[in-house]
Amino acid sequence: MEIITSILAGVLFATAIYNILQKQLLRIVIGTALLSHGAHILILTMGRLKTGQPPILTEGISDYTDPLPQALILTSIVISFGVTSLLLVLAYRTTKENNTDNMEQLRGNENE
Amino acid sequence: MILAVLVPLLIACFIPALSKLKAKIHTGIFVFFVPFIIFLYFVQFVGNDFSPQIEQYSWIPSLGINLDFYLDGLSLLFVLLISGIGSLVVLYSIYYLHKSERLGHFYVYLLMFMSAMLGVVLSDNIFVLYTFWELTSISSFLLIGYWHFKERSRYGALKSMLITVFGGLSMLGGFILLYVVTGTTSIQEMISQVDVILDSNYLPLILGFILLGAFTKSAQFPFHIWLPDAMEAPTPVSAYLHSATMVKAGIFLIARFSPIFSSYEWFFLIVSIVGIITLCWGSYMSVRQTDLKAILAFSTISQLGMIMAMLGFGTTIAVFAAVFHILNHATFKGSLFMIAGIVDHETGTRDIRKLGGLATFMPITATLAIFATFSMAGVPLPFLNGFYSKELFFDAGIQLDNSGFWSQAIPYLAVLGSIFTFVYSMYLFFGTFTGKKHLEQLPKKPHEAPFGMLVSPIILVLGVILIGLLPNMANAPFLQHAAEAINGDTEFYKVKFWHGWDSPAFRMSLVVVTLGIILFVTRKRWQAVYQVLPGKASFNKVYDAIVANMDSVSRSVTNFYMTGSLKTYMSLILGTTLVVSFFVMFVSNGFTVSTDQLADISFIEIAVVLIMIIAAIGTIYMNHNVAAVLVLGVVGFGVAILFVIYRAPDIALTQLVIETVSVALFLLCFYHLPKLRKSTDSAKTKTMNAIISIGFGALITMVAISAHSSRWFESISDYFVENSYKLGGGDNIVNVILVDMRGLDTLFEIAVLGIAALAIFGLIKNKKNKEAE
Repeated sequence: MEIITSILAGVLFATAIYNILQKQLLRIVIGTALLSHGAHILILTMGRLKTGQPPILTEGISDYTDPLPQALILTSIVISFGVTSLLLVLAYRTTKENNTDNMEQLRGNENE
Repeated sequence: MILAVLVPLLIACFIPALSKLKAKIHTGIFVFFVPFIIFLYFVQFVGNDFSPQIEQYSWIPSLGINLDFYLDGLSLLFVLLISGIGSLVVLYSIYYLHKSERLGHFYVYLLMFMSAMLGVVLSDNIFVLYTFWELTSISSFLLIGYWHFKERSRYGALKSMLITVFGGLSMLGGFILLYVVTGTTSIQEMISQVDVILDSNYLPLILGFILLGAFTKSAQFPFHIWLPDAMEAPTPVSAYLHSATMVKAGIFLIARFSPIFSSYEWFFLIVSIVGIITLCWGSYMSVRQTDLKAILAFSTISQLGMIMAMLGFGTTIAVFAAVFHILNHATFKGSLFMIAGIVDHETGTRDIRKLGGLATFMPITATLAIFATFSMAGVPLPFLNGFYSKELFFDAGIQLDNSGFWSQAIPYLAVLGSIFTFVYSMYLFFGTFTGKKHLEQLPKKPHEAPFGMLVSPIILVLGVILIGLLPNMANAPFLQHAAEAINGDTEFYKVKFWHGWDSPAFRMSLVVVTLGIILFVTRKRWQAVYQVLPGKASFNKVYDAIVANMDSVSRSVTNFYMTGSLKTYMSLILGTTLVVSFFVMFVSNGFTVSTDQLADISFIEIAVVLIMIIAAIGTIYMNHNVAAVLVLGVVGFGVAILFVIYRAPDIALTQLVIETVSVALFLLCFYHLPKLRKSTDSAKTKTMNAIISIGFGALITMVAISAHSSRWFESISDYFVENSYKLGGGDNIVNVILVDMRGLDTLFEIAVLGIAALAIFGLIKNKKNKEAE
């Protein structure tokens, strides 16, 4: 199963980067969102899957799933939410100010 | 000592404020006291019973970088030169620089240089020495470019910095190798490990790197080309940095490391050959110049070469002569620069072809010049210090071990260089102060300089005469200690004027004077020789070509990747990451697949993963806003389901909440954002993008599989499982990690969210305000 989730992480990264390399701002935002999903799956896979019970201490159970990747992912989900929402609003403002959402036209002046 | 090094820098902080008063008080008056007090402080160390002083302060002990100051005879000689000449130069600059100039800048740079130079000669730590060394290059750059509106000034400043910093970096390389070999950063401790250094395989590299640093700084052939261009600096700067102090930093470096290298035969060969060539070439080229300061610049190059050669000889007499000449050169060359400045100031030109017969207008200046030039020429008179050191130089050359061809050639080359030295000295004096007057060509009507401007050269020329009359006065208490610091000899070398008619050195002096006079008188007839040598060849052209090429190459490289397109930057960064990562993985055999300990596969997992993959790929092809976001939502909720399956209830909950909010947010923004369009990229761009993305996806997959397949360390998770309840008092381990064990991380995470929220608020609110207006 780990190999399958590894491939899933790879596909998520690939599609994310393909989106980031596009010209439209919105696609870039979608790309970053996909990128964080990919990263989460990657971290989860590295911590091994289904090796024990959920990491909540219970009487009589000594075998738990690795809690560390989960703590990392939890932090990451929240941060990536912050980043995505900021990017969205930034994209919205940029589009309003410049009347374009094309990155190729947003490149600034020569010798700036 | 640390105070002496840092005080100029501290005072420099107040100069901008003091320079506001420049209408009433010339800023130089305040500055004058800095080097003067430092001079008075260090004069107390002069004496027969002087012994080296050490002062140590911790700075970065873990790297062995400490502010260790070491004052021995050699440092003392330089410190007194820096502060003594420094005082005179500041005094001179008060009259030289008009109050309308940017005095604040000038004196800040000058004080910065003073600190740096004192630091160079007093540091015992190689890395501190290097830092100060580069600081002298930087302040020299600023001072040469002081009149930055002149094209030549900027050119000269850049040239001097490129060459000296190039040498400085090479010197740093030598220092690092020395540190690797000896394991210490202290010069004195290195000297005590001479055997280790001499046995090291790195010895040729160390010597080469350090010599390169010294040769560039001290303008040795063929790196001398920066010095004539540095003459664009105001004359006080030329007198100070480019004749008396900074250019002698390379000499200092060689002298400082002489105890280490002197028994290595290449040291003798390289240093003495380069020194002698510089002596001859500098003096030969000097005769050809027409600008007073250019004559002096080439003369300085040649004199530095002479000192360098003597340090290369390394014998008792040669080292003493070198030290003696450092002092003498500072006196006569310092005063000559000031005299050139006076001539420039009072006539408006430094072109020797327009000058002539100035002795009637400026009798005092002319008198000073005659002493200084004749001393420089080495005319055998008992009141000129230049003669003594010149004769010691001849003596040293003759007394070399006469086995090799090179050792035998040295005395002849020394005489050759000295003949041209004699010629340009005469040319400088007689061309300026005697002969036909060309008053109509002068921009100003010449007259004698104000007394204040004459004080400094008078004091220096008095030094020339005093040292000439009583050469042994400064010898035992002062110079002997400096020589001792270089070669360890404590033997007192008594300087005499008269060695008798049969003394070979005296005969060489006579040859120099006789041939010098002949060549000087017939100067016009053999000027054609310069058409042959150097002809059109010039090291400046080499330098210019190198700089121009580096400029155009770096410009084209920069233009290639700095396109201003975010997409290009991303592609370059990702592409580089891909290439490097795959290369490393291939070289280190990093990719491993192990099928041990894999979790079992269930139908539902496969289904979820497949749906996610399809959805993810779908984001690329969706050309409708809402559809794209819904597809993205499918991926997000799929991740949440995987979290549930893999027993991560906390993150599954969080993911669900966040994903819901995200989708809502996206939908909200879509109302305002333009519709998604079909990609208009060319097929080529699409292929390129696809290659990069697929490559990156493959890389991530390989990393993930390899990470799973190879465990090199025990996981630290057991610690959390064990201590969650004991230390954190909670059953939910993930929660305990977040709020307790990594509590600060979470706090900062909240701060990041807060900042993002503020930024979003600002972005939206700002817009509304604008509309309201």
